[in-house]
Amino acid sequence: MRETKQKNARKRKAGRRHPLATVALIVIGLGLTGGAYATFNATGSSADATTSSASDVTAGKQLFQANCASCHGIEAQGTDAAPSLIGVGAAAVDFQVGTGRMPMAMSGPQAEQKPAQFSQKETDQLAAYVASLGPGPSIPLRDVTDGNGDAAKGAELFRVNCAMCHNVAGAGGALTEGKYAPPLTGVTGKHIYEAMVTGPQNMPVFNDRNITPEGKRDIITYLQFIQANPSPGGFELGSLGPVAEGLFIWIFGLGSIVALTVWITAKSN
Amino acid sequence: MAQDDNGGTEITPAASSAVDHRPGDAGTAVIVQDAVENPGFPPHRARITDKDPRKQRRAERTIYTLFYLSIVGSIWAIAAYIAFPIESGKISDLRISTLAIGLGMTLALLAIGFGAVHWAKALMVDKEGIDIRHPVQGTDETRERAVEIFQEADAESGFGRRTLIRNSLIGALVAFPLPAIVLFRGLGPMNEDPVKLLSHTMWKKGMRLTRDPSGTPIRASDVTLGSVFHVIPEGLNDKEDALDQKAKAAVLLMRLEPKDLHPSPDRKSWAYDGIVAYSKICTHVGCPVALYEQQTHHLLCPCHQSQFDITHEARVIFGPANRPLPQLPIEVDADGYLVAQSDFHEPVGPSFWERH
Repeated sequence: MRETKQKNARKRKAGRRHPLATVALIVIGLGLTGGAYATFNATGSSADATTSSASDVTAGKQLFQANCASCHGIEAQGTDAAPSLIGVGAAAVDFQVGTGRMPMAMSGPQAEQKPAQFSQKETDQLAAYVASLGPGPSIPLRDVTDGNGDAAKGAELFRVNCAMCHNVAGAGGALTEGKYAPPLTGVTGKHIYEAMVTGPQNMPVFNDRNITPEGKRDIITYLQFIQANPSPGGFELGSLGPVAEGLFIWIFGLGSIVALTVWITAKSN
Repeated sequence: MAQDDNGGTEITPAASSAVDHRPGDAGTAVIVQDAVENPGFPPHRARITDKDPRKQRRAERTIYTLFYLSIVGSIWAIAAYIAFPIESGKISDLRISTLAIGLGMTLALLAIGFGAVHWAKALMVDKEGIDIRHPVQGTDETRERAVEIFQEADAESGFGRRTLIRNSLIGALVAFPLPAIVLFRGLGPMNEDPVKLLSHTMWKKGMRLTRDPSGTPIRASDVTLGSVFHVIPEGLNDKEDALDQKAKAAVLLMRLEPKDLHPSPDRKSWAYDGIVAYSKICTHVGCPVALYEQQTHHLLCPCHQSQFDITHEARVIFGPANRPLPQLPIEVDADGYLVAQSDFHEPVGPSFWERH
């Protein structure tokens, strides 16, 4: 800056300052600041993990029209059977197709998780196509899904925002009319992150203004922590709480008491 | 043992099964002729341990082996305590230690139990006998003597004669528990009307809606379509009775398409552009209702499966709750943050005496 000023000063001395010099300087300054800001932002969570090329979009469109268009419409505009996919973003596609929920095997209360029907490459192509239709959440970067955050903070956020449906240990739970919150054990950090951002099916959306990317990272950390560490209380019995524990004690606890009573009172032969 | 003046007789059943064993002594008032003949006891059957000395020795071996096993279990539990230290503080170590100690102690106790029962069943004398139930009433002499004792005591102490002393003693005994009642009253809320406490929450006009647990304020633009925010009032975390206040003031914030909402005329201004706020405390027994389905807009209570329809002012569509969830009127302040218009217009949570 000082150099420029000195240069300007010299120019002024020389009396040969171009009338547009100030404008040019402002434009250069703004450009630099904006560029630097964009670069910093790009390292954040909002950037796409995979760079999608035009050929990916074309391949994705073909895959879409062959496999998805019968329900979602030829231009992904939605039909009576399925919602529009314009603006759902790459994250929604990566979650729904990557966990095998889409394409659905049959219509029902809820799309169920099953073996993924497409390879990760095909999923990425589909995601690139859907992302090209309108702006939406992109696939999260590895640094927010790797589970290297604060498990204690994640546990608090999980208890407030997630535990009422997914169970405090992430074992899942029932919802209304055949719907359910799936168990979160064995789900990759990427898919958990994508589910939070996109709100698949009846799950509400937890956008970055509600739970920050760092908070989401902490939640993933917590879920990975409880899966990696055994429960101090012994057998979890599916972590389902009173139902599983009650069933166990009624059948095995009471059963053994009945068996012992029969043995004690039976006559010895 | 209670003194038994009536004398207990032990009757050994006869081998024949057709004998009526009911005795006609003082305890039995009326002997009815039973329509069904008492089949009596089955004939006595000797145990194999009584017949075969080898089996008897085998049972003996089993029993003392069980008792020795119990000793092994006790030593095991001590050894496990030493062998599996928990000083590392790791959950897995704690779990192994608890499991090993528990197995040892289980073996120790169960083996004693099984051994004792097996001893009684297989080796102890196998003689069937009946102890006839004794009449509860004492003999006439005992009863008369008891009355005499009371009369003597009354005469000697003057309890019935000196009425002033007697009445003052009764008064003293009645007064003695009174301090306890007054002291226990001190545990309850003082100088506060519980009805008023239950009817109001800390929400008031202009108070910002903030995120649970961080307490950061929420802009209307943060709440995108399909979002759900778990909300606490601004400044709740600084309160001394934060948990008590949270139990009443917790709120669930959702954004729906404005066309999906069907508010009654007087509640039209309670929402902001499809953003609605409802009490999170179930009107049934006060569980946190937070299982929100973003497509059906149903809110499910996990405790007793009450369902509330957010599109129709959280009316009850299923389950035991009998009132809709109270709605918190909200608006947006000059800085774009969501604020409450007022407190809830009705008490939140389950019924109490003054509210049905």
